[in-house]
Amino acid sequence: MSTLSRDELAHLARLARLAVTDEELDLFAGQLSVVLDAVARVGEAPVDDVAPTTHAVPMTNVTRPDVVRPSLPRDVVLAGAPAAEDDRFRVPRILGEEA
Amino acid sequence: MSAPTTELTGRTADELARLLSAGEVAAADVTRAYLDRIAAEDGDLGAYLHVDPEAAQAQAAEVDSARAAGTGLGPLAGVPVALKDVVVTEGVPTTSGSRILEGWRPPYDATVAARLKAARTVLLGKTNMDEFAMGSSTENSAYRPTRNPWDPARIPGGSSGGSSAAVAGGLAPWAIGTDTGGSIRQPAALTGLVGHKPTYGSVSRYGLIAFSSSLDQAGPMARTVLDAAVLHEAIGGYDPCDSTSIDAPLPVLAESARRGATGDLSGVRIGVVRELGGEGHAEGYEPGVLARVAEAVALLEGLGAEVREVSCPAFDLALAAYYLIAPSEASSNLARFDGVRYGLRVGDDGERDLDEVMALTRERGFGPEVKRRIVLGTYALSSGYYEAYYGQAQKVRTLISHDFAEAFGSSAAGGPAGGGRDADGGTGGVDVLVSPTTPTVAFPLGARVDDPIAMYAADLCTLPASLAGVPAISVPCGLSDGLPVGLQIMAPALADDRCYRVAAALEAAQDDARGARFLDQLAARTGAEAR
Repeated sequence: MSTLSRDELAHLARLARLAVTDEELDLFAGQLSVVLDAVARVGEAPVDDVAPTTHAVPMTNVTRPDVVRPSLPRDVVLAGAPAAEDDRFRVPRILGEEA
Repeated sequence: MSAPTTELTGRTADELARLLSAGEVAAADVTRAYLDRIAAEDGDLGAYLHVDPEAAQAQAAEVDSARAAGTGLGPLAGVPVALKDVVVTEGVPTTSGSRILEGWRPPYDATVAARLKAARTVLLGKTNMDEFAMGSSTENSAYRPTRNPWDPARIPGGSSGGSSAAVAGGLAPWAIGTDTGGSIRQPAALTGLVGHKPTYGSVSRYGLIAFSSSLDQAGPMARTVLDAAVLHEAIGGYDPCDSTSIDAPLPVLAESARRGATGDLSGVRIGVVRELGGEGHAEGYEPGVLARVAEAVALLEGLGAEVREVSCPAFDLALAAYYLIAPSEASSNLARFDGVRYGLRVGDDGERDLDEVMALTRERGFGPEVKRRIVLGTYALSSGYYEAYYGQAQKVRTLISHDFAEAFGSSAAGGPAGGGRDADGGTGGVDVLVSPTTPTVAFPLGARVDDPIAMYAADLCTLPASLAGVPAISVPCGLSDGLPVGLQIMAPALADDRCYRVAAALEAAQDDARGARFLDQLAARTGAEAR
């Protein structure tokens, strides 16, 4: 049986930028262990000479003509932003105190 | 819970289109009839997340003015439509069922929305859904549950449960859904509708809020096979804005539905998939569902089709493969919800740094199922586990495509060819594969919310076609315990027309035997209650 410990789960949540609560850690650790057990069945498949499918439609390098086209107006895009300043997205601090 | 349907809201979309084109009814009257139904019923039903009656009435009035002025209008002008809230709509709130997008008004239209707008259909509103389309019951909506018009104590399916409830309940003549692992077909089956998942790449994904990009596909949900085909034709076809869009003409769909409805299926070869409810694979399937499906297959045989059992062994592993591939792609796709460019931002107090604000935003903005899948996908893609989980799942995906190709007697590259072999070494493959759409009828609200695996099992039959990218339709095939059962019909890639033809034949034969359309049974029932 595959299991996910609380610590592993907390690490994965950090990687995914999710601030999970203690209650969620307890709940998800149990539920995801059951799910992992179910999906681990893919290991039973006879796949020695089988190529992986990343996509149902085989296609590569879809390109479009390299021409300039108008993009959305800046004010329209910024209207949906949580915070904007001087025609730009305003973001939280990105450097630590010591920087 | 429903009032009897009015004359206009009882019509099929195709009938409405004809009445509107002929000038026999006004778009304003059709739209008002639906808005009245929504106002009266949706408080209980919960099908819509956003309705703007004034905007809908304005669109309808413009169509009526244009028609009065003699402007050339397309055949669908004035027909109302509902869109699943995963489809972005310019200036119209779009949430994908999530708090993280609450109040967001997109700056552009999805191609599907733009095409329906260009056809001058009237947007009734945006329908409820499982958050980011992750779920099979619409209970994962961050906003409210949606009820099944056949029994308000039961779920309407998911993730397109708002669309299914709206159309079955007479709150929209038809609707757009999206299907990643069954999210059009399963809710259609559980509410007595026709729902079609097109060939992957044949309907543009531009402007669909991405869940699992290699699987997501928009499609029609309707009361009849013909309506579904007409709506599919309106939204389908090549779109340069979607780099996975197939640059090929759509097959002729509405005409295939009309041809199917004449009831002659001679020469059509139908394979019944053993692994989806057949002998030795019936665990978890309700006997009533299997009985209705067997009756439907017998009916198709009576119309001249050749029926045989086909084995697709890799289908047994579809659920495991899907619940690795879809969460993996979701964990990547949902990284865009970072509280920077749009949507919710939490904890930006000037002290916290970007990472903390991101984590708090996502903690507050995402519901439990979305978090579970992000964590699961992050795990499956992490070094050390990648090969055992994600890599292996992609190989299983190949095996599933091979099973389809063998059954259809076509090369592994896909496409109808004929001349291949079937499970019995017989002559050539089959034209379509059939199975139940779902193992059970609609289950009660709350029955599976705390058990992800039980919830995932609702997708058992729909996942193979999703993973292989082939088209599949669900068409009603009777009632079990008074609740709708769906037959799934799968076809080779780009042969969506076969789904419509066979489904229409079944629908016509059943309507003839019943002397009424499938959904008339619901209208009769709710009408009796109202009296």
